[in-house]
Amino acid sequence: MTLLSATGLNASLGTRKVLHDISLSLSAGHLVALVGPNGAGKTTLLRALAGLIPSSGEIRIAGDMLAALPLRERAKRFAYLPQGHMVHWPLPARDIVALGRYPHGATDPARLSQRDLDAVIRAMQAVDVTEFADRRVTELSGGERSRVALARVLAVEAPVILADEPTASLDPRHRIDVMQKLRNVADAGVLVIVVTHDLGLAARFADHVLLLSEGRLVAQGAPREALSEAVMAEVFRISAYRAEYRSEAVIVPWADV
Amino acid sequence: MSVQDFALASEAAARRRWGATAALAALVVLLALISLGIGPVRLSPLTVTEALFGGATDVAQVIVREIRLPRTILAFAIGGILGLSGAALQGLLRNPLASPSLFGAPQSAAFGAVLVISLGLADVRSYALPVVAIIAAFGSVFALLAIAGRNAGLLILILAGLAISSFAGAATALVMNLSSNPFVVLEIAFWLLGSLEDRSFQHVALALPFIVAGAMILLSQASAFRALTLGEEAAQSLGVDVGRLRLLVITGVALGVGGAVAVTGTIGFIGLVAPHLMRPVIGHDPARLLVPSALAGSALLLAADIAVRIIPSTSDIKVGVLTSIIGVPFFLYLIMRERRALGGGVA
Repeated sequence: MTLLSATGLNASLGTRKVLHDISLSLSAGHLVALVGPNGAGKTTLLRALAGLIPSSGEIRIAGDMLAALPLRERAKRFAYLPQGHMVHWPLPARDIVALGRYPHGATDPARLSQRDLDAVIRAMQAVDVTEFADRRVTELSGGERSRVALARVLAVEAPVILADEPTASLDPRHRIDVMQKLRNVADAGVLVIVVTHDLGLAARFADHVLLLSEGRLVAQGAPREALSEAVMAEVFRISAYRAEYRSEAVIVPWADV
Repeated sequence: MSVQDFALASEAAARRRWGATAALAALVVLLALISLGIGPVRLSPLTVTEALFGGATDVAQVIVREIRLPRTILAFAIGGILGLSGAALQGLLRNPLASPSLFGAPQSAAFGAVLVISLGLADVRSYALPVVAIIAAFGSVFALLAIAGRNAGLLILILAGLAISSFAGAATALVMNLSSNPFVVLEIAFWLLGSLEDRSFQHVALALPFIVAGAMILLSQASAFRALTLGEEAAQSLGVDVGRLRLLVITGVALGVGGAVAVTGTIGFIGLVAPHLMRPVIGHDPARLLVPSALAGSALLLAADIAVRIIPSTSDIKVGVLTSIIGVPFFLYLIMRERRALGGGVA
């Protein structure tokens, strides 16, 4: 069942055209990895899909035209996690997570309805951050902070989660941890789109891979097909070691000299 | 953590904030009473209270209600709007160094007023002065928006604000430079220093509606500032119309600060200092900081205005001079403290 689709999507940053005629169709319950070289337009595609930047073409979410939806309604349907988990003021983790309820009208973390409170606590439990709910996010480690950011996104309880490099700057254990949590969210019926440079994580956790190159969608499909040797050689100019470990796909990028 | 723990911790924090805000409000009332009691005839806070409500002697009533009340109301309202504007701009820009003067509105308002004085169009105590100052403040904000464009980043806004405030400063200097009448130049120079002396209910009536309108606009955007804690993109994804928010904040600041500068000249640094004094008590949540920052601004300006009247001196010290003398070292201290963060850029 298609949840999110785009047809003939084009987007520009200033005068530079960043996305060229992108069409895709994604289903609920899938973890989608959006990969591609630096500057391929991954972040722009993510923003365009969430309606955060203007684009031409048609985007549909659960049958509705995105362009026709008011801002509040979009906010309920797309939970967006920007790069870097930026938090500008040292607020307690619980207040950050509670901001996930903002689209639902809960603008004050001190006065949450029972429903909002439940959603916040569910989200915090799902990523294991309840123990530092009262600590300031600026005092947390990178791994802890990324989980708080993830909890904030989960608290929206949106049908689509768009995460821009949620695993960047994390150590291997936390990378796997974050991807595993996103995998669990997808398994619960959410469409999760993750921008990542880690092809190994993409191969292991994703149902579907979108490969962008110079603003065009050059390959998509199951990880092993979308990240085939020919495609990787052409787009990333690398080869890769391919194997299977505990019945999951392993791809280790290897640069040719 | 259970639902109950969560709610309890929230309530404890809320109680602490309310306690602090109530204490601050009490301080503002006390300072207002002291401010009403100070002058050539000193009155105790008790006498002041009686006079305010129609008691005490007729003389005390005239002194308190007709001579001193406008000054105290202006100190309260202008301190408040400056503190509120500072907190709102810091929330909008997510930068603890932002303050109303960042957008060039006060400097432009001052330029408008100076132009009126130097052209001899009106006396410093007439209506024309504040009206032109407010128009100039508005003009500067519209110019800022026109230069920055619709979806401008914060960096562009800050640079445009800097350019506009520099331009307003230079234009003010030019007007003084060209003025052939040394008395006018002296009058302008004193007016620019910022003062609350000899203000009447005329001044209050002219400034207050703008200050109140500005304050209402800024307060109505409180929760959007909280969402902005996550950055503009995330705030937008949560349903905040960031472009509209920016426009509203600039309008609110222009209304409030334009109205304020018009009747007092430039009084600096209250908008910068007030939110900082409140953060250790209230926390860093930009939405919760608005009202306490306004109260802190009121308290600061009332206190400064009391201070200039009791500091022994052969000539009057202007309140704007005092706030700058105290404010600038504080500003430098903040720059030092924020040095590392500032190195990282404006965004």
